[in-house]
Amino acid sequence: MSVVRLEYRNVTMRFADSNGAGALTAVRGVSFSVHDAEVVSLIGPTGCGKSTLLNIGSGLTPPSEGSAFVDGERVAGPNAQVAFMLQKDLLLPWRTVAENVTFGVEIQGLPLKECKRRAAALLANFKLAEFSGHYPHQLSGGMRQRVALARTLAVDPHVLLLDEPFSAVDAQTRMVLQRDLAQTLKQANKTALLITHDLAEAVTLSDRVLVMSRRPGTIIDEIKIDMPQRDNPIARRRDAKFNDYVAHLMDRLDIAHVALEREGEGAAW
Amino acid sequence: MVNDTRAALVRRGAIASIFLLVAFLAAWQWGPGLLGIPSFIVPPLSSVAAEFVRAWQVYHLPLHTGVTAAEVLAGFMLGSLLGAMVGYLLGMSPTAELALSPYILALQIAPKVAFAPLFILWMGFTVYPKILVAILIVFFPVMVNVLTAVRNVDPDLINLARAFKASRAQIFWRIEFPSSMPPMFAGLRIGSTLAVVGVVVGELVGGNLGLGYLLTFGEGQANTPLVFVSIVMLTLVGGIAYLIVILIERRVLHYLPARGVGRNI
Repeated sequence: MSVVRLEYRNVTMRFADSNGAGALTAVRGVSFSVHDAEVVSLIGPTGCGKSTLLNIGSGLTPPSEGSAFVDGERVAGPNAQVAFMLQKDLLLPWRTVAENVTFGVEIQGLPLKECKRRAAALLANFKLAEFSGHYPHQLSGGMRQRVALARTLAVDPHVLLLDEPFSAVDAQTRMVLQRDLAQTLKQANKTALLITHDLAEAVTLSDRVLVMSRRPGTIIDEIKIDMPQRDNPIARRRDAKFNDYVAHLMDRLDIAHVALEREGEGAAW
Repeated sequence: MVNDTRAALVRRGAIASIFLLVAFLAAWQWGPGLLGIPSFIVPPLSSVAAEFVRAWQVYHLPLHTGVTAAEVLAGFMLGSLLGAMVGYLLGMSPTAELALSPYILALQIAPKVAFAPLFILWMGFTVYPKILVAILIVFFPVMVNVLTAVRNVDPDLINLARAFKASRAQIFWRIEFPSSMPPMFAGLRIGSTLAVVGVVVGELVGGNLGLGYLLTFGEGQANTPLVFVSIVMLTLVGGIAYLIVILIERRVLHYLPARGVGRNI
């Protein structure tokens, strides 16, 4: 097997309870690794600590126990090898599309010329070149999310952490964006950890799917997606095995039996 | 087509506005006479206009207007600068905000114009007490808006910058500072009109320069038209200050989407 790019070793995360009394365990004893150029999805009920794992991987919050490793090095803070993307596009309204793409590389201190070159190349690749001088409010939701992806890729990270990146766009736009992401990841040989609620998204975009339990979140299953064409999610949707995988994931999450619970209690499907 | 209807709307609005102005001026000219109001209570437009010419020639109206405008400008600029600086500092330091908030609240509740006599005792019949009242009065709306804006920056945006390894200074200049611009301009708009209030109160209390002085001078002589002239000029000074803020705001916030009818007011 190829080298391990991202690894979680026995990660536990506790938060102080809202009333300050006890501690709330978000994730407990999570261990898994993502290999070079592999795409792994993480699914599980709301509140199972998926986003916590992403924050730990990007170095924004240190875990209570255990460690995350990127390229074999322990994550002690934000680092240039990892970039994340959220459901919110987080575009800066006062920057043009091109300036938003260069936001990360600018902070990392790349020469302005190189920043501009990267932005132009990425925007051309995402068919957004003609919008590079536009402001975010002039773009559709799908375009904005594509700009956010370009900004993430501009720093040329080894590992991409994606937290429900397309859950705020409509179903058709989402399929187009999933295809773009899949192609980009394949072409650039990027490693990615994708957090999603969308079982079809997990199956069509990934090499492996990890299933998490309700809080405290642990990994309860790992499913290898044995389908060709990871760069073509639309073709994968037509694959005979697609429905079996989705059905299997539904069973593992026990969706048929989960009752809707109060907000904050998890399982808000 | 959509643009056409909008242009038509604006045109109709402008025509109605001009019509209202003409009606108001006409009412001012002939209304008092028709209602039997004596001219020392409400002087008709023509006598106010005549007094304007006289004040220009005899009472140094341009000088008084200039002094007031300069005081407004100085008070507004210093007050907004201080307000913005304190707003950013408190916004970035929750401890400082907690420690200072009761005092800030007390100062905010205290009617700032009541300080005018005190400042005149301290600094004499100069321009400084007037500027100081304006500074104090402009300070709060700007500070509160900047403070709230810094507080309300999306934490995910800060995390995004942090994940790119941004320094504290980079987070401030690239995220917090530009995010605070729209609320800050809302504060500056309020401040630009309040600055006039601060300056006038200072001038009413003491000194022999400025439109506020001219106003009390007119009052002392029972010269009602001169009082009206002073009020009109003060409105003009405040209006120009407000307009300047709007023009700068449009330049700085050019990236914001247009906000429909009446967006410039």
